Amino acid sequence: MKNFRFSRFMLIAGLLFIYLPMLILVIYSFNASRLVTVWGGWSTKWYAGLLDNTQLMNAVLRSLEIATYTAIAATALGTLAALVLTRVGRFRGRTLFGGMVTAPLVMPEVITGLSLLLLFVAMAQLIGWPMERGVITIWIAHTTFCTAYVSVVVSSRLREIDRSMEEAAMDLGAKPWKVFFLITVPMIAPSLAAGAMMSFALSLDDLVLASFVSGPGSTTLPMEIFSAVRMGVKPEINAVASLILLFISIATFLLWFFTRRAEESRKRAMAQIKEQERASQA
Amino acid sequence: MTIREKLLGMLPKGRHAVIGVPFFWMLLFFLLPFAIIIKISFAEADIAIPPYTSLTEWADSQLTVLLNFGNYVLLSEDQLYIAAYLGSLKIALISTVLCLLVGYPMAYAIARSSKQMQPVWLLLIMMPTWTALLIRVYAWMGILSNNGLLNNALLWLGVINEPLQILNTNIAVYIGIVYAYLPFMVLPLYANLVKHDLSLLEAASDLGAKGYTAFWKITVPLSKSGVIAGCMLVFIPVVGEFVIPELLGGPETLMIGKVLWQEFFNNRDWPVAASLAVIMLLILIIPIILFNRNQAGEMEGKA
Repeated sequence: MKNFRFSRFMLIAGLLFIYLPMLILVIYSFNASRLVTVWGGWSTKWYAGLLDNTQLMNAVLRSLEIATYTAIAATALGTLAALVLTRVGRFRGRTLFGGMVTAPLVMPEVITGLSLLLLFVAMAQLIGWPMERGVITIWIAHTTFCTAYVSVVVSSRLREIDRSMEEAAMDLGAKPWKVFFLITVPMIAPSLAAGAMMSFALSLDDLVLASFVSGPGSTTLPMEIFSAVRMGVKPEINAVASLILLFISIATFLLWFFTRRAEESRKRAMAQIKEQERASQA
Repeated sequence: MTIREKLLGMLPKGRHAVIGVPFFWMLLFFLLPFAIIIKISFAEADIAIPPYTSLTEWADSQLTVLLNFGNYVLLSEDQLYIAAYLGSLKIALISTVLCLLVGYPMAYAIARSSKQMQPVWLLLIMMPTWTALLIRVYAWMGILSNNGLLNNALLWLGVINEPLQILNTNIAVYIGIVYAYLPFMVLPLYANLVKHDLSLLEAASDLGAKGYTAFWKITVPLSKSGVIAGCMLVFIPVVGEFVIPELLGGPETLMIGKVLWQEFFNNRDWPVAASLAVIMLLILIIPIILFNRNQAGEMEGKA
């Protein structure tokens, strides 16, 4: 079909459009020349120079710390929210709840960032907390918007899975929390891992929210990169950027690979059980 | 009843805790801040910590509530702000259409490819959304600049005689936005297109509607909710986008996210920044409600 060939072409072209700039960035991070547009031969000196840049290294560690906390909290909160949206029936405020969970997906970051900062300032005036803005306030901001992403990923999974297992366990007298941890969690594990990974990456990447709610001395990696990038393209930044790309690509790929493998072995096991049942019935 | 039992009784029970924890979190850190932002937008900038005046004052047994509409008057009178709002809407609208034009065929190709290939294509689309946006935008700075890769390639090919000014123009902003937001268009479209019942197309083909006719009469109308979700996921955040216009745009790029950032960080005028955000929210509230209802419909439809 002619239609199909055109769309195939667009898919390949689109992927090239997405990946070529990143590839170019990585290649140029090995450029020996300080002039970023002139090729001066291969060199790894920009990478070696990074380790001596303590300011940058501190920002990296701070960002990784925040991203870890965010991944944990957002996965827990997002899973709860997804459970509410898919398993708990009607309750008062359900529409409001649904709206609050999905709205952060599209809300412009400048609005969320400014409004959260004003909340923290008002809270500091009223109850004296948080006195200092830093890791904790950035963590709260990141958790709030990552929860939305996790709940979308997890709730689509919760709708897909076969509920007969949960129902069977309930019929046999298992408490709801036991059903959740022993039956539901193993079945939705791939989406939990994906949600956690996504939150980690989103937190590591966020510039706008962090700029609004951070305080003095709590500069994150994106803030550090942004202030350098504003001055123009620099070879050191190319090196940091390439390392981040490498790190996240490997993590994403590993996550994808392992969840896919786990999924396949689970499906095979289920098929085997059904096969045995059929054999015993015959 | 012992005290212990009483205390335990006060703790929320299972169902309530499951609803309560995320509900309370979102209420406190997502909804309540909007009330505060509205409040601050009626304050006046002040040299103090925090840098705005209080709305209420208690003196001589009198409660004075002072609402300052000055910020809103300023926004409606100053051409700069109006131009920034219109500029944001224009750029968001054009980039949403561009994303749809590029993203629809991509999503269609993935949805119609073999079952084994689908996860691979999806991973390739998803992966960039998980890698730093800032870095991907930065990569374009090196490509589009006057002595960058694109200009050098075009000069070498002899297409142009002197470098084109692309970086720091709106063209660069469009490239950056389409580049950054394309996955958000493709994913919901794919999720929708892959669910289509192909027997409908077969039936159409048997009845004589082939190729383009079947595509426009069946596939496109069926994918409506995917198109809405994709367009909203692009349009709404782009209206408030800051990073892309700041790094790729130039003086001609007037966008409200950038103006808000400058008011807040450079002029330190929190009340004006707050009122800019309130107006932006008012403009976006209808698309956001549309998105939420579409999203809720999707969720309930499948449940």
